[in-house]
Amino acid sequence: MQGVVISDVIVGILATGVRLLAPFLFASLGEMFCQRSGVFNLGVEGIMMMGAFADFFVTLRLGNPYLGVVMAILTGIVLGLLMALISVTMQAPQGISGIGLHMFCWGLSGLLFRVYVGFITTIEGFKPLPIPGLASIPILGPILFQHNWLVYLSILLVPISAFVLFKTNWGLKVRAVGVTPQAADTLGVNVNAVRYQCLMLGGALAGLAGAFLTVGQANMYADNITAGRGFIAVALVYFGRWNPVGILLGSLLFSIMNSLQLWIQVLGINFPYEFAVILPYVVTIAALAVAVKHVWAPTALGKPFRRESI
Amino acid sequence: MELQEGLRIKNVEMRGIVKTFPGVLANDHVDIDVQAGEVLALLGENGAGKTTLMKVLYGLYRLDRGEILINGEPVSISSPRDAIDLGIGMVHQHFMLVPSLTVTENVVLGLKSSRGPLLDLEPAAKRIEALASKYNLAVDPYAPVWQLSVGEQQRVEIIKALYRGAELLIMDEPTAVLTPQEADELIGVMRGMADSGRAIILITHKLNEVMAVSDRVTVLRNGRLVDTVLTKDADVKLLARMMVGRDIPQTRRTDETSSGEPVLVLDNVWADSDKGPPALRGLSLEVREGEILGIAGVSGNGQRELAQVIAGLRKVSSGSVRLKDKDMTNSTPAKMIQAGFGYIPEDRIADGIVRSFSVEENLILKDHCKPPFSHGIFLQKDAIGKFADEMVDTYDIRTPTTDTQASHLSGGNIQRLILARDMSRNPACLLSCYPSRGLDIAATEYVRKKLLDVRAQGCAIILISEELEEILNLSDRVAVLYEGQIVKVAGVDDVTLDEIGLLMAGASSAESDGSGE
Repeated sequence: MQGVVISDVIVGILATGVRLLAPFLFASLGEMFCQRSGVFNLGVEGIMMMGAFADFFVTLRLGNPYLGVVMAILTGIVLGLLMALISVTMQAPQGISGIGLHMFCWGLSGLLFRVYVGFITTIEGFKPLPIPGLASIPILGPILFQHNWLVYLSILLVPISAFVLFKTNWGLKVRAVGVTPQAADTLGVNVNAVRYQCLMLGGALAGLAGAFLTVGQANMYADNITAGRGFIAVALVYFGRWNPVGILLGSLLFSIMNSLQLWIQVLGINFPYEFAVILPYVVTIAALAVAVKHVWAPTALGKPFRRESI
Repeated sequence: MELQEGLRIKNVEMRGIVKTFPGVLANDHVDIDVQAGEVLALLGENGAGKTTLMKVLYGLYRLDRGEILINGEPVSISSPRDAIDLGIGMVHQHFMLVPSLTVTENVVLGLKSSRGPLLDLEPAAKRIEALASKYNLAVDPYAPVWQLSVGEQQRVEIIKALYRGAELLIMDEPTAVLTPQEADELIGVMRGMADSGRAIILITHKLNEVMAVSDRVTVLRNGRLVDTVLTKDADVKLLARMMVGRDIPQTRRTDETSSGEPVLVLDNVWADSDKGPPALRGLSLEVREGEILGIAGVSGNGQRELAQVIAGLRKVSSGSVRLKDKDMTNSTPAKMIQAGFGYIPEDRIADGIVRSFSVEENLILKDHCKPPFSHGIFLQKDAIGKFADEMVDTYDIRTPTTDTQASHLSGGNIQRLILARDMSRNPACLLSCYPSRGLDIAATEYVRKKLLDVRAQGCAIILISEELEEILNLSDRVAVLYEGQIVKVAGVDDVTLDEIGLLMAGASSAESDGSGE
């Protein structure tokens, strides 16, 4: 009897871990493209907040969570464009403009919520979509195949991102402009256009990550619903060494630690709640400190590109 | 000469080109032209405007005035894309390669793929191999670029241009980083490309290259056109005078070597590179009082690490460093400075000065906490100012005031500032890394003369340089550095240029003795 319960708990921890994976994966895969192209977008957290609010608001008013997701993605693209305008065209320091974008989005999402909604309410989110056949496999079924469609999409995005980055013409441009933009420029590659595209893609995925928090996880909206996940996503890009598979591993580690922390609280284990909340962050910092160092980082990261300079 | 089928460019002309940067007139009404099948040398000192002119032609800089004509038709080139489409290719002085990508990926970057959005690396690699064998440019298409030698990287650059169908190829100081043998090979490659009907523009300030490969020479000085002459009607002396505007005697050591006791001794030194594997592998050398020891070698063979080890900036993993009979192994830069060590670093802007400091602050960097420059915890403004004025006079540092920020000085004047600071301390030992790199002829000769002056005062000098001529003209002895070891040390009069070149390329000492004669 005891043995059955323990295995149920472990399956539960892992299943929750996989479900919590989605926002980290969306946001950090998007940020990976930004950083690969040489732009450090610290505004991910803010874009996620705006995505979460846009999704919540549209779903609440129109009753259709799919339209909410579309709205979140569009919002993300617009904010990505804003970041591109500031950091690529106007060449503002990227760290500061990212933090500025984050603060702006935080304020704006809070304001919009207070003005147009004003109270905490739940919305209809996405239901789990068990995959026929696979969902009934013992242990693996509940862990991997009983989630909503956004979770599956986030995991599918890992191989898709890897393919785009390493097997397509566009991916080659992205990898080049983040390391030596001058070289790409001399071959007729439009460096700033590639960076715009990456920031818009990153914005779209950050918006989607935000949307997941409302219609895929909490089914509600609250101020600061992202709770630092966007910043964690930025760290996960470093942890994963700008590689989709590395990012998947990092996200998994983080979301499972998060799930463990939730389960510790749920099961009422005699362990201070505050420590449990800190746990995933401590593990992430430790993992970042020992992560592989000898990899080609995008060396032009954070540097605006100017052609005519002597 | 037979012209190849299908080549579109017969001649390219630039007329009345004017290009200004804030405060600098880089090109002032310059006219040049180049024909298919010829090598045009573009000769001039640093800052003469050669590279700027070619960057205008390649679409990297926008011209302020003037026009560009291909086969007599005016064309507009506002980006490298336009230049590539017109059949112009450029091999830049600082290679434009993405180190993390493979050779093939670097070559196809920015091109349309035959498979739509997907990369088509296999057929591209085959085409690269075909081009490589046609033009004698051996390179592995699948190797990541960061693993390639400098010579190989340059071949990739040429292949990149040919792959895009370049019919006019601009080469910006292509031999600066090559061994003499590699440079000879490259000259053969350039000749071959010209003979197949392409036009080549060779930017250089090396007169022997101009004589060896070009058909015509265009000389620029201070952004203006001096003249264009046929190479066969010119000689080295004439070209030098056109380039500099006056005769400049070459500085060289004239007196006999009269060296004394060893001052700096390195014994079996091992040190790691930044990437991990050892960069110095059991290196031993000694430098004596009153001599210049020249270190010859292709860059990347441990020069940087050797300099850092001596300056106390890099730890040795085994072996010893002795300065004036005192053990200084793994000592600190401060202790080395105390012990009478002077340092002219390779990167004079990053390592030689504090850019945001004034000229006078930079001049006292090494002695700022000693009298007369400081008294207790206070800096003595008067003494510092007096010293700075003296240095500015003695070393002819051109600066508006001694309060001017050092970063506003030209490269040559920054180098004079560093010489003033380190030479005025009467060092027992001076390490001089690429002291004339990037300087014009006048500044170069000044630096060389100063090195000989301190040598005459008994200083032991190590001269690391990529210019063999500089080493042979100044040094008493020359040491060849290859893969982290000194493979030969000899008096300059006992070796030939060929022999040193072969040793730099890795030939064993015995082989080079045979072929050097």
